[in-house]
Amino acid sequence: MEAVFFYLFAAATLLCGFLVIANPFSRNPVTSAMFLVLTIVSLAGLFVLLHAFFLAAVQVLVYAGAVMVLFLFVIMLLDLQAEERRSFKKLALAGGGLAVVVIALLAHAAVRESPLGTAAPPMVEGSPRALGKLLFTEYLLPFEILSVLLLVAMVGVILLSRKEAK
Amino acid sequence: MFELFDQLFVNLKHAVVGALPEGWRGLASPLISAAAILGVFASLFALTVLVERKGLGRIQNRPGPNRVGPAGLLQPLADFIKALTKEDIVPVSADKVLHFLAPVVMLAPVLLAYAVLPFGRNMVAVDFDAGLLFFFAAGACVELAVFMAGWSSHNKFSLLGAMRAIAQMISYELPLILATLGVVMLVGSLSLEDIVDSQAGHHWGWLARWWVFTPWGLAAFVIFLIAATAESNRAPFDLPEGEAELVAGHLVEYSGFKYAIFFIAEYLGLFAVSALAITLFLGGWHAPVAGLDWLPSWFWFGVKLAGFIVFFIWVRGTLPRVRVDHLMGFAWKFLLPLVLWNLVVAAVWWYSRGWAFAGAGILRWVGCAAMILIPYSLLGRALYTRHGLGPRTYRLVA
Repeated sequence: MEAVFFYLFAAATLLCGFLVIANPFSRNPVTSAMFLVLTIVSLAGLFVLLHAFFLAAVQVLVYAGAVMVLFLFVIMLLDLQAEERRSFKKLALAGGGLAVVVIALLAHAAVRESPLGTAAPPMVEGSPRALGKLLFTEYLLPFEILSVLLLVAMVGVILLSRKEAK
Repeated sequence: MFELFDQLFVNLKHAVVGALPEGWRGLASPLISAAAILGVFASLFALTVLVERKGLGRIQNRPGPNRVGPAGLLQPLADFIKALTKEDIVPVSADKVLHFLAPVVMLAPVLLAYAVLPFGRNMVAVDFDAGLLFFFAAGACVELAVFMAGWSSHNKFSLLGAMRAIAQMISYELPLILATLGVVMLVGSLSLEDIVDSQAGHHWGWLARWWVFTPWGLAAFVIFLIAATAESNRAPFDLPEGEAELVAGHLVEYSGFKYAIFFIAEYLGLFAVSALAITLFLGGWHAPVAGLDWLPSWFWFGVKLAGFIVFFIWVRGTLPRVRVDHLMGFAWKFLLPLVLWNLVVAAVWWYSRGWAFAGAGILRWVGCAAMILIPYSLLGRALYTRHGLGPRTYRLVA
């Protein structure tokens, strides 16, 4: 039963992720955004299968709720039309290739670290308390750095969108 | 005898599940819970619409619906038949798929949110570790549905309405979630069952130990109510559907049963968020005073929910609509700082729990109340007088 759901959600994630960036039927940004929502929700389904209910709920709340809505807001405000097909630039192609290589290396390292099918079942049963303890003790520094990063982004946005004082 | 009535529905479900063959039980148990929730709250929706129309009529000095059935009691049925038989119009230039999906995406998450709400002793569909978060995660999907409805209709009014609605919902989601955080902090759990359990017991042997009876709890409750009203697009925060300027906002291009589904989702969302307010601040299914414990737990929950529904109808009938810029300013400049400060007060309340000298209880209550009331009045005054305006000024333009 769980295996069936795993393959279902995994396939949905991959398919929708593909349709976000290369939808053969529609070049509309809103369609892409909607498929991104589906991708996020299928990812949340995978989290549920790992018994990480807290993460699944946060995934939907933060990404499908807040972040996606902001994306859509931008699309609405800018009134983006369907994106035209355009030729690839050389630099963009090189950047894309580099990204693919880096991701492949990362995936290779991850698989070599714990070969498929041998990883131990998750230790933290997804309880918010355990997760919070972990975040505020062992991973405190990365957590704080991330929050500073978000703060910097916020200050930047305010600076950019502020009207010049007359 | 009490046990019999209190656990009536729980035992009923166990009896039904027990009567089924072994293989079906695992599937039947959640299905029965879901069917019960759906049945009860859909009927409550029908009843609420009638009560609301009658109540608004009363407030506005008119009789309200009184033609269908005795005293208009069959009006919901007539509305239902009307919605079902009306023509379903899809605009030619609409995005057909999104236009069709929007009402579904609106209703489904709202129904999911009911899964974690405890309606009575042992009456919760899923006791979930992160229940509160699940509730808000489900609620976040409503914004997407509003966008889908507004964008896919390909109508400038619906797009404007959707933009307003989403801006409003995002702005008020912050105070809504932060208001619940105080309770989570003191209980130390996100499970709604645990939060209800934490409110068991009584002060001085008679008054229930609800969070609303603490100063920060009261403040959080009021902020939660305001934010919940805005979050469910109810008057006085019903700007997304401001008929005078936007016709009906994101609902302009919807007709027939799709429109009805939006309507149902809106009301079910209102019930859900009221149920959450009851669970967090008003003791869930606990009785208000010790002497009334003999009434079943689901009865108390129902009474509180009915109280909330009447309150929301009353507010809708008596308050004028807020202006758009006021709406945003209120959320970001007033509610948000206040609710963040309220968390500090909740922490003070938590650390002063060990006080044991004479008059400690009163000092603690008064001190915390002052910690909220003084910033409240200072902030309110500062916002009022910022542009050199007094509390209220009227200017006549010749």
